[in-house]
Amino acid sequence: MPNVRDIKKRIKSVKNIGQVTRALEAVSASLARKAQVQAFASRPYSQKAWEVLVNVASQSNSTNGAPLHPLLVVRPEVKTIAILLISGDRGLAGTYNANIIRVATEFVQAHCAQNGCGVRWITVGRKGRDTLLRMREQVVAEFSNLPASPSIQTVIPIARTVIDEFLSGEADQVFIAYTDFINTLTQKPVVVNLLPLQPFQTTDQPVMEYVKREPTVTTEGREYLYEPSAAAILDEVLPRFTELQIYQAILESLASEYAARMVAMRNASENAEALAGDLQLSFNKARQMAITSEILDIVGGVEALSGQAERIVADMQREFMMTEHGAR
Amino acid sequence: MPIHVEIVTQEKLILDEPDADMVVLPGSEGVLGVLPHHTPLLTTLDFGELRVKKGGTEEVFAVYGGIVEIRPDKVVVLADTVERAEEIDLELAEAARRRAEELMRQGPPPDELAIIAQELRRAELAVKIRRRIQSRAGTVRIREAGESES
Repeated sequence: MPNVRDIKKRIKSVKNIGQVTRALEAVSASLARKAQVQAFASRPYSQKAWEVLVNVASQSNSTNGAPLHPLLVVRPEVKTIAILLISGDRGLAGTYNANIIRVATEFVQAHCAQNGCGVRWITVGRKGRDTLLRMREQVVAEFSNLPASPSIQTVIPIARTVIDEFLSGEADQVFIAYTDFINTLTQKPVVVNLLPLQPFQTTDQPVMEYVKREPTVTTEGREYLYEPSAAAILDEVLPRFTELQIYQAILESLASEYAARMVAMRNASENAEALAGDLQLSFNKARQMAITSEILDIVGGVEALSGQAERIVADMQREFMMTEHGAR
Repeated sequence: MPIHVEIVTQEKLILDEPDADMVVLPGSEGVLGVLPHHTPLLTTLDFGELRVKKGGTEEVFAVYGGIVEIRPDKVVVLADTVERAEEIDLELAEAARRRAEELMRQGPPPDELAIIAQELRRAELAVKIRRRIQSRAGTVRIREAGESES
């Protein structure tokens, strides 16, 4: 039986932990909401940029069939792929980090089984990087310690790295692995195509959930004038659109991370409460036990003493009798 | 017929004005004045001043690159960066301009030259637009930064 003081100490520390987890839960909840709002705010640009992109791309396709921009070129043979893995910098988020890393590596295995196996990883977030390095994967670039609510400026270097990987021919196709925020309790890790951009394949694009599919908007057969040229416009739109896709994937992932952390912390707080309750019970028991044993000690002492006294009296009487007899 | 003007950046929607009379844009091939029934046009934007006119008032923005989609009834500006003229902090912009000028005088390393030159252009533009807005404040009602939207 642990002693009363030890239990008291444990109760205190468990309650402290409970306080910390409750605070972290509240912080995560507000950050999750913020990331969601931020992701939502970039929606109009996604919508418009997509419309322009589809429009220009369809026009260029109809004229000579050849894509107008290198970022639109689908390579016939995909030898090496690059994966942009978005994970968190910190743990304490339930299965968030483990899930996205697992889904990404499983995707690679499935991909490898079909095609050759050249994979170059670009990681955002410390957890993903550390895990991949431990698995001795090839990590060609890493970005970590992103701010809690990143701006598009934070994303530009990441996008540049990704675009360079693709354009330099180091990778023939680029995928992005991120966690799609569905709601506070559900987040879905996904791997989708990032480059080359495929304007006519509307599924599998991170931004697509933000783009309303309105066939009337894009294919009105409107003939646009391009100034200075369609290629120049694509030059401007495509990198921006790629940045935006990465930006939104990061925001989705952040919202997911915070939501996962919030749920994990809520569970932790509840556990701490239950644990504190249990400990309180055993504390009461131990205290009761200590009191009982103290009383027993006293009673026993008294008992023992009183028995001893009787014996001493009896001995003295006997001795007295013997001396009396002897004297006679 | 009015023109519906939208200005968006990657981060958010900046302006949604359904009843503008005219838009003046800093196109890369020259300044464009867009009236209703303009022919469909897609063009890239330079650094410059963007004005949205409606009735007697006009809203002024500083635009730093982007593209614009023009349709007969609608103008959509996809800006790389954009600032409302009233929200430009003149002191900050002046300071940025002086810093960039100083760097240019010192002869920056070649790999940073382009960045600094762009920064300088940007700051000069911000200062110019903000100054013009201030000098005009008597004739056109301008919302001061920090003042409420109403």
